[in-house]
Amino acid sequence: MEIITIESTPKTPTIKFDSKKGRLEIKGRSIPENSVEFYKPLVESLEQYASSPNSPTQVDIQLEYFNTASSKCILDVLKRLESIHRQGNQVIINWYYEEDDEDMREAGEDYQAIVNLAFNMQQVEIE
Amino acid sequence: MDIHDFYDKMDRDNILLSFKGDITAELLTSILQIIESKMDNMQEEPKLKKKVYIVLVELLQNLYHHMDDPSMASGSANDASRTAIFMIGKEQQHYNVITGNYIKNDKVTGLKKKMDDINALPPEKLKEHYKMILNNGQMSDKGGGGLGMIDIARRTGKPLFYQFTPINDAYSFFTLNIVIEQ
Repeated sequence: MEIITIESTPKTPTIKFDSKKGRLEIKGRSIPENSVEFYKPLVESLEQYASSPNSPTQVDIQLEYFNTASSKCILDVLKRLESIHRQGNQVIINWYYEEDDEDMREAGEDYQAIVNLAFNMQQVEIE
Repeated sequence: MDIHDFYDKMDRDNILLSFKGDITAELLTSILQIIESKMDNMQEEPKLKKKVYIVLVELLQNLYHHMDDPSMASGSANDASRTAIFMIGKEQQHYNVITGNYIKNDKVTGLKKKMDDINALPPEKLKEHYKMILNNGQMSDKGGGGLGMIDIARRTGKPLFYQFTPINDAYSFFTLNIVIEQ
């Protein structure tokens, strides 16, 4: 088991995944041209993680912006978490959005409607 | 070329930035940074700033992926098919973003239909359509597989204004005009 740490860039978010602790954090902007390539390491290690996951797995997603190319990849990540949940493991999703950012709140609700996972919608103050 | 005429025209249309040429990933980063700092300097309302920014990302990445398309480049009549034009202006309370690029004629009908379908949907249906494509649509290795246009329409709450100008047997010029309001 490993720890993934990807530092943020102007186009990509910080990603921290500690499979031992069952903690995943995605934070920042996600607007890369090649989103599939960017999310590949995370998707692959979630695939591995699914064979012996922690319970609970805690996921914190705090995105400022994301492009539609990333939206598919984020769904991919959430679907992997959903299958971990389906195996009987607890998965906690915290979806953070800045106050006033209705689009980001709505994006969280959209995901919640697609995957069978409960989201904790967390409003944060504008930095 | 009379540069003063050009200046006047840009001034009249309140153009913040315009660009014509090859769309590269580095260029996209620069354009986004320039527009973001311009909006900061104008002390633009955070909500509108966010909306303009994310719509720009989608529009520019649409252009970028077209540039990348080998079917556009190979056997093209001229190099122009690899370049695009982009313009952003601000008038009073709204932003105007215009993009233009060459498109193969055989792609025109499909793209036109896609945009007409989006324009025909009321906001709540647009949201459903977005979720449906997000969940079921095929993801290309380049992007969101058609989600971009839906996202733009959804965020702006306005129709996609487009135009296709026939150029020759192989190509048309595709212009997209997006209005972003508070």
